[in-house]
Amino acid sequence: MADTALTQPAPAAFASRSAWARLRASRGWSGFWFMLPTSLILGLFLAYPLLKGIWLSFTNARIGRDGQFIGLENYAWLWDDDVFWLAVFNTCLYTLVASVVKFAVGLYVALLLNKHIPFKSLVRSVVLIPFVVPTVLSAIAFWWIFDSQFSIISWSLRHLGVIDGNIDFLGDPNLARACVIFANIWRGVPFIAITLLAGLQTVSPSLYEAATIDGASNWQIFSRITLPLLTPIIAVVMTFSVLFTFTDFQLIWAMTRGGPVNATHLMATLSYQRGILSGTLGEGAAIATAMVPFLLVAIGISWFGLQRRAWQSGGTDR
Amino acid sequence: MPVLDRRSLLAGAAATSLAACGDLAGFAKAWAQSAAWKPEPGASLALLRWKRFVPAEDEAFMRLVDAFTQATGVKMTITNESYDDIQPKASVAANTGQGPDMVWGLFSFPALFPDKCLPVEDVAEAVAKKYGPWFPSAEAYGKVKGKWIALPVAFNGGYLNYRISALKKAGFDAFPTDTAGFLELCRGLKKNNTPAGFALGHATGDGNTWCHWALWSHGGNLVDANEKIVINSPETAKALEYVKSLYETFVPGTVSWNDSSNNKAFLSGDLYLTNNGISIYAAAKKDNPQIAADMDHAVWPIGPVGKPTEFQLAFPILAYKYTKAPNACKAFMAFMMEAANYNPWLEAAQGYLAAPLANYPANPIWTNDPKNAVFAQAGQRSLAAGGLAPVSERIAAVLADFVVVDMFASHCTGREDVKGAIRNAERAAQRIFRNS
Repeated sequence: MADTALTQPAPAAFASRSAWARLRASRGWSGFWFMLPTSLILGLFLAYPLLKGIWLSFTNARIGRDGQFIGLENYAWLWDDDVFWLAVFNTCLYTLVASVVKFAVGLYVALLLNKHIPFKSLVRSVVLIPFVVPTVLSAIAFWWIFDSQFSIISWSLRHLGVIDGNIDFLGDPNLARACVIFANIWRGVPFIAITLLAGLQTVSPSLYEAATIDGASNWQIFSRITLPLLTPIIAVVMTFSVLFTFTDFQLIWAMTRGGPVNATHLMATLSYQRGILSGTLGEGAAIATAMVPFLLVAIGISWFGLQRRAWQSGGTDR
Repeated sequence: MPVLDRRSLLAGAAATSLAACGDLAGFAKAWAQSAAWKPEPGASLALLRWKRFVPAEDEAFMRLVDAFTQATGVKMTITNESYDDIQPKASVAANTGQGPDMVWGLFSFPALFPDKCLPVEDVAEAVAKKYGPWFPSAEAYGKVKGKWIALPVAFNGGYLNYRISALKKAGFDAFPTDTAGFLELCRGLKKNNTPAGFALGHATGDGNTWCHWALWSHGGNLVDANEKIVINSPETAKALEYVKSLYETFVPGTVSWNDSSNNKAFLSGDLYLTNNGISIYAAAKKDNPQIAADMDHAVWPIGPVGKPTEFQLAFPILAYKYTKAPNACKAFMAFMMEAANYNPWLEAAQGYLAAPLANYPANPIWTNDPKNAVFAQAGQRSLAAGGLAPVSERIAAVLADFVVVDMFASHCTGREDVKGAIRNAERAAQRIFRNS
């Protein structure tokens, strides 16, 4: 029948309509026109900078000077650069530890906030404060908290007689890493908690009632009802969280500038230092481009690991 | 090139007399009539400058700007940014060809994009004729490959700030003048629980300056005059060992210090010797007179090389080639450097800044308070950022990447032995100086 319809000659009235009129009437073209502004915006502000960045990474461009194509030279130097690999290690450690802890704490806070507690709205608003405070301000606050001379923690412990001298929070490589991860967790937990709370509130109370009547324990209710139903939103929230954490810049820059001795340099901060402050745009772009595969893997784990569950389509997980 | 004839000389003399009478606006008008650079009609200039140290300096600078505007009709917009933000913004302006007409920043930032800077040969030579010669380090900051691309307006002297009582208690009547005595002093201070401390973190000013002093004073250099990498040398090894010995006497935490950390520690009484500009003294005079009375300043000790190897902050000003008013930019630069403008501004800076030319008229700021005197020598005693090498975009990258600071810090913290620390610095230098 479709063939018959296609072989039919077009009605005379339709054939005589102008191309502009046909264009206006076409559903396909309508879709195109609606998509065009978004495509232009995405192309101009997302695709172009990304492609330009990738192109720069294959050049020896410096600030103020167009570069020449040098192939993989920037990457070859990075491959043999201890500071770069240290930044890769730091970024992975920072992302992994901060994301896992943020998720665990965020989920716990969300479960608490989902219960009937006094002043529920007020408590929920207060929980959001770390997320609302500008990152640079909170980073400066943490810089003071962990200062080598003026740390409130060192001061308190000294006055309690627990320690004799100040703790060198930001001077010891491992302590410095722990401090910046802590600051990131503090800042990131509200985002996860509030988003998961929104997810929790979509779970039908009748499921909990049925489970309770069936004699399910709290753990069973959590593991068999809450967690599976939250999984789609966990996938989304963790993807965002991993993205934000992996590309973090402000906290590190305000607290340590990548120190001590590059122990807290992330790929983003190293890229800025080399590309903008040192003026070697090509090398900075190579570091930034090197983040892309790591990001794709991290997003892939979050997305495909959590989102594509067979049970969500009515099947059974293997 | 400006041409000095009888008429301009007479006008210049009139301008100087007016300035001597304290009439800045009158001086500016007379100067504008005789100046070699006539601003373009209807010109306006945007200047991005480093954020002030003290309000008085900013106020004096704005008076100077107003006088220039009144005399020439050139409207000026001044914006301020912190040290660390100037370089990226200047770089972006150079890259995009849009932004301020002039940038006044730190260290060797014009060398990051010399091709984008307006040549200022004529201004530099005219100023040198009047007040020169430029100190060698000033010339090194203003020139790239023999061409003037920026005007080194001033130096910020970073010298040794110490507590007099702690020095005496450590057994010293005067501040030691050599590196061996300096180490002994630091050991004495540590013994008395009045420790020294120098930034080994990513402190753009304090960290870079003292670490380069330590390297150069022992004869070590990252690169030679031909930009050949020479960091792997016995002299560097000696510098590393020396700094490690110093580090053992430091107050804990210096590896994480930024540029403000030592100020805070000194003013709180936790630190008794450090390197800094005059800002600690200025703050102490205002809020902590006890510390101000008990502190003084000293020049950097001389190391085995036998001559001063200080590294002071330079403040060059540049104009971009893309500016629509190159003559107005040059006129403003020349106007700034006129003693009638420059000296009151320098005085208002309260010792933070020192002149880059050998024959500037003496400024009372250096004699009013004997504790200020040390800072007057900043331009004269300083080496330029490259040490032996010419200032270039690569040298700017060495500073921005903290190559020398990280070399010392990695050894002091025990992360690297001498060979490892040198190898890492050498590797970073190879990356930065490749294809040079």
